[in-house]
Amino acid sequence: MSGGVDSAVAAARAVEAGHDVVGVHLALSRMPGTLRTGSRGCCTIEDSRDAWRACDVLGIPYYVWDFSERFKEDVVQDFIDEYAAGRTPNPCMRCNERIKFAALLEKAIALGFDAVCTGHYAKVIEDADGNRELHRAADWAKDQSYVLGVLTHEQLKHSMFPLADTPSKAEVRAEAERRGLSVANKPDSHDICFIPDGDTAGWLAEKIDMTTGDIVDETGTKVGEHPGANAFTVGQRRGLKLGTPAADGKPRFVLEIRPKENKVVVGPEALLAIDEIRGIKVSWAGLPIAEVESGAEFDCYAQVRAHGDPVPATARMEAGEGGAAGQLVIRLTDPLRGVAPGQTVVLYQGSRVLGQATIDVARSLQRAAL
Amino acid sequence: MPVYLDHAATTPLSAEALAALTRELARTGNPSSLHGSGRRARRAVEDAREAVAAAAGAHPSEVIFTSGGTESDNLAVKGLYWARVAENPARRRILCSAVEHHAVLDTVEWLERHEGADVTWLPVDGYGGVDLEFLEGELSRDPGTIALVTVMWANNEVGTIQPVHRIVELAHAARVPVHSDAVQAFGSLPVDFKASGLDAMSISGHKIGGPVGVGALLLGRTVKLTPVQHGGGQERDVRSGTLDTASIAAFAAAAEAAAAALPREAARITALRDRLIKGVLERVPEAVLRGAPGTGRRLPGNAHFTFPGCEGDSLLFLLDLAGVESSTGSACTAGVPRPSHVLLAMGLDEETARGAQRFTLGHASTDADVDALLNALPDAYARARQAGMAGHESSIQTAGTIARQGRAAG
Repeated sequence: MSGGVDSAVAAARAVEAGHDVVGVHLALSRMPGTLRTGSRGCCTIEDSRDAWRACDVLGIPYYVWDFSERFKEDVVQDFIDEYAAGRTPNPCMRCNERIKFAALLEKAIALGFDAVCTGHYAKVIEDADGNRELHRAADWAKDQSYVLGVLTHEQLKHSMFPLADTPSKAEVRAEAERRGLSVANKPDSHDICFIPDGDTAGWLAEKIDMTTGDIVDETGTKVGEHPGANAFTVGQRRGLKLGTPAADGKPRFVLEIRPKENKVVVGPEALLAIDEIRGIKVSWAGLPIAEVESGAEFDCYAQVRAHGDPVPATARMEAGEGGAAGQLVIRLTDPLRGVAPGQTVVLYQGSRVLGQATIDVARSLQRAAL
Repeated sequence: MPVYLDHAATTPLSAEALAALTRELARTGNPSSLHGSGRRARRAVEDAREAVAAAAGAHPSEVIFTSGGTESDNLAVKGLYWARVAENPARRRILCSAVEHHAVLDTVEWLERHEGADVTWLPVDGYGGVDLEFLEGELSRDPGTIALVTVMWANNEVGTIQPVHRIVELAHAARVPVHSDAVQAFGSLPVDFKASGLDAMSISGHKIGGPVGVGALLLGRTVKLTPVQHGGGQERDVRSGTLDTASIAAFAAAAEAAAAALPREAARITALRDRLIKGVLERVPEAVLRGAPGTGRRLPGNAHFTFPGCEGDSLLFLLDLAGVESSTGSACTAGVPRPSHVLLAMGLDEETARGAQRFTLGHASTDADVDALLNALPDAYARARQAGMAGHESSIQTAGTIARQGRAAG
């Protein structure tokens, strides 16, 4: 329980459904800040107390579990390493994959619990054979199935999302109010919890060695200098401070970051359109569909951001050579902008989450033809 | 009803205290008022003062009522430090044991950060007993610069009793005043303020069957103390604030009852505690008793162990589930469970210290309580150990483990 309204209501519903529920707050830092500032962040002592208070009202025990070491290693350090390698990671996904539905779940199972119940907006469906599928929540505007797309079948078997069918967040707040939960009107948390002021670039600048280097255009011609390649993200337009204007006079965007050469590649907006994605570290949210096993192409929708729109695509698994892990090859029917290596692509069929992969290569056919 | 093995945290209200509390709560009167109601309240407070003084081996005028142990510790440590520095600005050293309760520990650290105190943490042996040779060495080094010595009478976590008399002897030889936090000792051990020679001693109501929110500082009549809280000049002008007649009367009733029952109860609880320790070590041979062995150096009601390979939190949770209430013994700093500073000071490593569990007995404890713990413990330990192993390398299949195993194709 984060101390927010969603997990409090999820816990309340689990209690009401007759489960033996224990509230657990994850300590993700040994030295949390004492009070909230603004609406951001989620790991202060005040949040811990809010979660505790909700447990008091629900009449359930409350514990703080310290996963700060694991979090530092598996989420924060991973985040830094990915940026240092020129990729754009999603730390919330990493946390779901390795902390909430792994380290925490494992400890819970050892202590005799059956499942981790969270306030995520997503739905788990079980078929007649007991196989589980992950689906979007009823409220697509709040849907969080993207950040859960990394869960495996085994993790889904031990997951509960009681907010699945809630028509809206307003309903959750109203329910919290009805149940006497003091967090009913607490602001939502945003952004990355371990960067409390939301200044990701500033935070990264302290962790990653930034060296000035060249900004080049799509043809390789130097058009400016940057203070450190890792401060940029693909699709970025502002803050480039280019000395040489483009030939067509139109704005230029970051197309690519090359950490090894310490170069930032810029170009016209058209070249941002990505047509093909190759994904690594593939996992399936439940049993993989038949085409995955056979290697056949299948229709699906691809989503590359937590709140991005899904776009139609065809995908197929390409077997790895010589025992290497397979790759997921996705052709986007409509090209997609702002796709960066390191991001996660989640595949859907209708409301169902098929699985996910980490984007290794994002290709623009137009740029490849240059 | 759950089995309550956390008497060091707080004890059930005694029948005598409850009677006194309800009697006084139903009445009106400020003990400082001069009219009839005031006189009646004052009478109750002064009766209580005499009773607490008698129970603690002090003169009634040495009893300063406070809101509890934490306030008493703050008042004693800050008050003594300020008064001593006011007399002689060179006196900035505080000698403080490394195993103090946070009420003393954090107060001393605060004085260090904000008031220019120069703190020496007195090391302890493997049982948690203060190193007297070290203390002697510190006291002989320029004693005129020492403001005070503060060492608890008995430790709240591991139950080790400190050689208070000897500490007072050494400090007084160097003309340095001594404070002792006797919150855990008072009511459990024969505590005699006068015989101890202490200059100041903290005691608390709710650890001995009294209500929460009341305690006292016993303060020698000639000891100078700078007040922390200013106002109406109550309690020798050392602790202002309207006296809480009902709580004070109840505290005194509990103190009287505890003192009268002490020889009998100490023997009964010690026997119960020894059976608990023996039973735990039989059922979980891996468990290690922490704190001083034997009766002379350990609080009668205290049993403290470390359980290898598991987190104290997990064990606490599982015992709670089985209806047995215990404690990890250490405070939750910032809500995150941290290994106990007491165990670390005793030389334990962090990993071992994380497996701590404290069982404390009191006036309400019975044989059945010990039996319940011994029945529940083996399963709880086995399970907590399993959970302790979890969270290192994931055995749950995740996207990461799949990728590592190179079978992403399913």
